[in-house]
Amino acid sequence: MTQALLGAGELVKLDLRRDRIMIPVWVYALTATAASTAYSFRHLYDTPQSRLEFATAVANNASTRAMYGPVHDPSTIGGLTAWRLVTIGATLVGVMSVLVVMRHTRADEEAGRLELISAGVVGRHAALAAGVLVALIASLAVGLGAAIGLIAVGMPTVGSLAFGLSWCTAGLFFAAVAAVAAQLSESARTANAIADVGPSWLSWASPIGWAQQLRPFAGERWWVFGVAVGAAALIGWGGFALAGRRDLGAGLLPPRPGPARGELHGPVALAWRLQRGTLLGWTAGFAIYGVAIGGLADGVTAIVGSSESTRKILEEMGGAKGIVDAFLATAMGILGLVVAGYAVQAVLRLRVEETALRAEPVLATRVGRIRWACSHVLFAVVGSVLILAAAGLGAGLAHGLRSHDVGQQLPRVLGAALVQVPAAWVLAGVTLVLFGLAPRFTAVAWGVLGGCLLLGQLGPVLKLAQWAMDISPFTHVPKLPGSALSVAPLVGLTAVAVVAAAVGLAGFRRRDVG
Amino acid sequence: MAAAIAIEDLVKTFGRTRALDGLDLTVETGEVHGFLGPNGAGKSTTIRILLGLLRADAGRARLLGGDPWRDVATLHRRLAYVPGDVTLWPNLSGGEVIDLLGRLRGGLNEQRRADLLERFDLDPTKKGRTYSKGNRQKVALVAALAADVELLILDEPTSGLDPVVGEAFRECIAEERASGRTVLLSSHILSEVEALCDRVSIIRAGRTVDSGTLTDLRHLTRTSIDAVLAAPPNGLATLPGVHGLDVEGTRVRFQVDTAQLGGVLAELTRIGVRSLVSQPPTLEELFLRHYQAAP
Repeated sequence: MTQALLGAGELVKLDLRRDRIMIPVWVYALTATAASTAYSFRHLYDTPQSRLEFATAVANNASTRAMYGPVHDPSTIGGLTAWRLVTIGATLVGVMSVLVVMRHTRADEEAGRLELISAGVVGRHAALAAGVLVALIASLAVGLGAAIGLIAVGMPTVGSLAFGLSWCTAGLFFAAVAAVAAQLSESARTANAIADVGPSWLSWASPIGWAQQLRPFAGERWWVFGVAVGAAALIGWGGFALAGRRDLGAGLLPPRPGPARGELHGPVALAWRLQRGTLLGWTAGFAIYGVAIGGLADGVTAIVGSSESTRKILEEMGGAKGIVDAFLATAMGILGLVVAGYAVQAVLRLRVEETALRAEPVLATRVGRIRWACSHVLFAVVGSVLILAAAGLGAGLAHGLRSHDVGQQLPRVLGAALVQVPAAWVLAGVTLVLFGLAPRFTAVAWGVLGGCLLLGQLGPVLKLAQWAMDISPFTHVPKLPGSALSVAPLVGLTAVAVVAAAVGLAGFRRRDVG
Repeated sequence: MAAAIAIEDLVKTFGRTRALDGLDLTVETGEVHGFLGPNGAGKSTTIRILLGLLRADAGRARLLGGDPWRDVATLHRRLAYVPGDVTLWPNLSGGEVIDLLGRLRGGLNEQRRADLLERFDLDPTKKGRTYSKGNRQKVALVAALAADVELLILDEPTSGLDPVVGEAFRECIAEERASGRTVLLSSHILSEVEALCDRVSIIRAGRTVDSGTLTDLRHLTRTSIDAVLAAPPNGLATLPGVHGLDVEGTRVRFQVDTAQLGGVLAELTRIGVRSLVSQPPTLEELFLRHYQAAP
């Protein structure tokens, strides 16, 4: 085994050097989020009484409960912080872990860089081990950062450490999952999808659930960490075993020969060929997710219960119908954010093609820059509509069937999904501006999306000022179904997206390619 | 006839690096022009400016009578390009890429496509990610050579090709020249340049250091002489154009500026020549002299 890991230490150093910006940014962003949330909670809910009220409100709001799980200990600031941040933070750390492992294993292998390294005095498993180790180092740094941040704002030490550990658990587990996924497919893109999409459907069987079960600040259950480490070790071992059975550059899923003649007629056909897999995957996934949400919606009233106080709240919200609508509106809002992520990556495909030098031969033909750029932007524009329509149709059908009112519910829910589209377009527009004016900083688009996510998730509980909330396009989306459809913000968002796209394209026309 | 490519005093900087520093290049219509220079001299940057991918900071560049930055759509109908570093879409087969690039260029010659696949011994059904470097290069070459265009811009097109395919490539370029197409060929393979090119331009650190036919260029260099004379030479070292004189009794070895060859030979004949070997400068010497010269 030591033979197989020869040189891993050097590779870890190399990987850390390559990630010297990315990992600190993750650590900083997540630490800052944890510390600032706890800090704000301490000021907003400074008496046990106010905390209890807040927790009761949470317990009574089915949609928030469905999204964040129960509050394990409402009496302390730590308990509230943990409730608010463990799930979302664990998910983000998991994503970070997958990205880091892929970047240093399959993506390098695909690019041919690993071949250069493997020809040196380097063991068979060194690169994989280094990638996993770097992901673990990053997860540990995030966990430690979060713990220190929480302690710094006055949270109890033990609970803070448990909180950090809960995030770390997710990073650990997803690093192991990524180690397996990296072996299965020849392309990092597919492998990323396998690692990301797979476990997210099994919410409770997943490490995100375990992260919650660690219960920071609410009677920590340390043994959960042991379970997670055991599971991760088992999965990770599987990854190494698979890696030992395949050739460098090959996946376990073999490639097939392609046609000798091509039918691709233009840049749009090429973009379709390159983006169709992603688009179809997202559409199918969102249709399924929509059905799940729609099926759940009608039962939300039952989860809320029938006590006197909740009934009163229900009535204030407009009766049972009000709470179902609120649940659907919240769920659609989150779907809108995720679809904005699709739009961002669809536009970023331009940059991928450019840096891989694949844009060059196309632009050396009579295809102009604008036409080429639009061929990919088209997918961000139309793709967002398709994916949200799929989710809306799925949710509307499922909800309509359960409430025996397909005729009325389907258009309402579909509408609730489609109003998210202009906000996703704004994110696509921002990405295009970066691509046109600051191509080296296109990754900032992900930061913008993350900012919107945090604003939407934390803004209301932190009682941020309205102008701050208004920065995110998602603040302006009408909360459908349930409230009135106002067209003005939709037109406004679309206009912002169009202007941004025009600026981005104009910038791209003027700048150097390559 | 107007020049296919006319570049004067071209400047391009990337941050603090001055990639092109007053480069000149003229390619006449119908000629095969060799474009030479050490790695990092600015060959690919020049080609990218000609393709309108980069914008020049100063200077003038004309391509087929148009402006390479402004007239992209019209100019690109008339040229085909093979990049020095060919990357293909990993999930598209070679045949699909050839047909796609052909269509984007405005159509390709079916007969030539089939013919080139055969001559280059390329399997078009393999996916992009499974091709070796040489095979990726062949895909780009077939796509470019099968296009009916006036100008071919080839950036180190034979790097990675085996000798048999390299030979097939040289035959193709000879045919292109015969049919009147203009070719700009950037290459490091000097025998290839010697066999194919009418004229060459040598650039170094972003400037043109020499340009002309190979005969012209040779004229500016030195010929090696190895001779046995009838008597020990006297005063040979003082003749203009003689360098590195080495005398062992009656045997002399030296280099002479090719322009001064006549005068030196007259002096040797005066002394009396028993035997004489004269070597024209090799292309390698020509390039080494330019490549290694102080900037």
